[in-house]
Amino acid sequence: MKTRFGHDGPFAVGAFAAPAILLFLVFVVLPMLLAAGATLTNHRLMSPEPTQYVGLDNYRRLLAFDIAAIDPLRDGSGAIVRDDEGVRFPTWRQVRKARPELGSYRPAFQFDVGGRRIVLAASDPLFYRSLINTFLFAALVLPLQCGVALGLAILVNQKVRGRVFFRTVYFAPVVTSMVVASIVWAFMLNTDRGMLNELLRNLLHDPNAGPDWLGDSHYALPAIALMSAWQGAGFQMLVFLAGLQSISPELYEAATLMGANAWQRFVHVTLPGLRNTIIFVLVSTTLLAFGLFTQVDVMTSGGPLDSTSTVVYHAVRSGFKEQDVGYGSTITLVFFTIVLGLSILQRMLVNRGNT
Amino acid sequence: MMNRLLRNRLRATALLVVMSAIGIVFVAPLLFMVVSSFKGDDAIFANLDTWSAYLPSDAWSMANYRAVFEKSDLPSFLFNSTLIAALVVVGGIIVNSMLAFSIARMRWRGRQVVLALVVAMVIVPFEVIAIPLLSLVARLPWPGFEHGQFVLHSGWFNSLHVQVIPFLANAFCVFLFYQFFRDIPPELDEAAKMDGAGPWTLYARIIMPNSGPVIATAAIVLFISAWNQYLWPIMVIQGEAFRPVQPGIQQYFGRTNSWGQIMAYATVITLPVLAVFLAFQRQFVASVAGTGIKG
Repeated sequence: MKTRFGHDGPFAVGAFAAPAILLFLVFVVLPMLLAAGATLTNHRLMSPEPTQYVGLDNYRRLLAFDIAAIDPLRDGSGAIVRDDEGVRFPTWRQVRKARPELGSYRPAFQFDVGGRRIVLAASDPLFYRSLINTFLFAALVLPLQCGVALGLAILVNQKVRGRVFFRTVYFAPVVTSMVVASIVWAFMLNTDRGMLNELLRNLLHDPNAGPDWLGDSHYALPAIALMSAWQGAGFQMLVFLAGLQSISPELYEAATLMGANAWQRFVHVTLPGLRNTIIFVLVSTTLLAFGLFTQVDVMTSGGPLDSTSTVVYHAVRSGFKEQDVGYGSTITLVFFTIVLGLSILQRMLVNRGNT
Repeated sequence: MMNRLLRNRLRATALLVVMSAIGIVFVAPLLFMVVSSFKGDDAIFANLDTWSAYLPSDAWSMANYRAVFEKSDLPSFLFNSTLIAALVVVGGIIVNSMLAFSIARMRWRGRQVVLALVVAMVIVPFEVIAIPLLSLVARLPWPGFEHGQFVLHSGWFNSLHVQVIPFLANAFCVFLFYQFFRDIPPELDEAAKMDGAGPWTLYARIIMPNSGPVIATAAIVLFISAWNQYLWPIMVIQGEAFRPVQPGIQQYFGRTNSWGQIMAYATVITLPVLAVFLAFQRQFVASVAGTGIKG
């Protein structure tokens, strides 16, 4: 007979807990362990050649980089050479010839400052390009999506008729799959006949207005961020709404009695009351932003000029399309480290708020 | 008095206008998708810059739907996605609720550790697992019969089970069930325990029948994530036989230049999910809102 206060029998516990735990072990924990092992090999998906131990080669290939400051070209008299596009710099091939320590590095990212050109060169420039794009995307989508979501939450929290209807409308894109959203937006962002550009042309009265959203490397990533914020804002809106409803109405009444206007109530009651919700939303949006893949795969395939390639896109390209599992796993683990770091940061911020 | 009433009414009207304007931005792409799916390509492009892009035109027809169902394997893809989602929902509810039951309602050493690990797993995005999981399922065996003989196939590619089994255990669902089970009053099952009911009876007769809301929530979460799968099937499904709808539309998108047909395809694979969402809206909203409070 079972005792009410003792422990349950191991067989009963095992029967209930084992199926899910086993599935977690096989399909979450084991892949991660295998990935950690695979990063040290040249394992390829379905390759006849045996897998070899390569040490830290994958990490070196992925992470090795150098930052080079390049001086502009000078002519015989020492004057800086200029052409139509401004100051001329030596080509990367010339730079590498002069500085052999740059070895097999290729430029991933560059900007001009103080008359010199700073180049980030890496053995896998596409990884750094993707990493920068991922951070850039997060920096674009984070304020956009979270700001819109907070605004929507405040709107649907008002006591007006039809707020449940509007909440449903704002949430509908979340339920739409990212593939479908990407395809519909690819149409709306079309240069010649897309709706967004038609709208811009009508507003500006300029038949040539409107950028080539997905075909111009300056606009492709912001366009994808815009579309992603549209698709995801409804989710964060609901999370903010729950946070808003947990703030005691007495606080608002007290603030009103003390003569606070709407803006002061927002700054001194709403924002502090939403502190943990805001941190949660910021971190979960960041994690989603770092997983950026589907929109890129459907809308741009990483282009134009690698301007929309992301860390996950690069991992899938290496690990799946090029079947280089060892290298793909290395990207995966580095990606996981970044995600983990962000989550730990969240924990620290939340704890500090509680003490 | 009158003044205040008027001001409130003005404020409500202004709010309604703002909310409607934003609502149009959020719903316009979806509305456009549905409306265009009934138009020919010429009609779609004829008046993009006017309101009529969102209104039915004279040439309202089902031609795009007919073309999509005849020219593509959409029926087969729909069948695959439905089967995959159904299996993930049913299996996922069972295994996740059982683990949650053992943590919340049974006493054993280590359950707090298991709970902490489950909570930690919630933050691991699938993108992190995808590549390692790919190389794992490439090596897993699967039993089968060929010419009446038992054989072990090597690798899980191009199958239904590769799209179902890795997604049954879901850390977020375990956590949802755990929170709900923990808050069920203990008096409910103590009487049953006194009568000698074992854990199976407790689980199947007492706890689960009283967990309708959380079961509905888990079902929606599992259904939507299974139906919207994209990254995983493009990696593990090369043939058409077991392809689900999301990679299916991506393929079609690359093959045709008829926007009307693409929109018809998109409508067919989106409306079921929207319908499920509308039907279970209340539970769904509650579950999403709950994630933030605990985070």
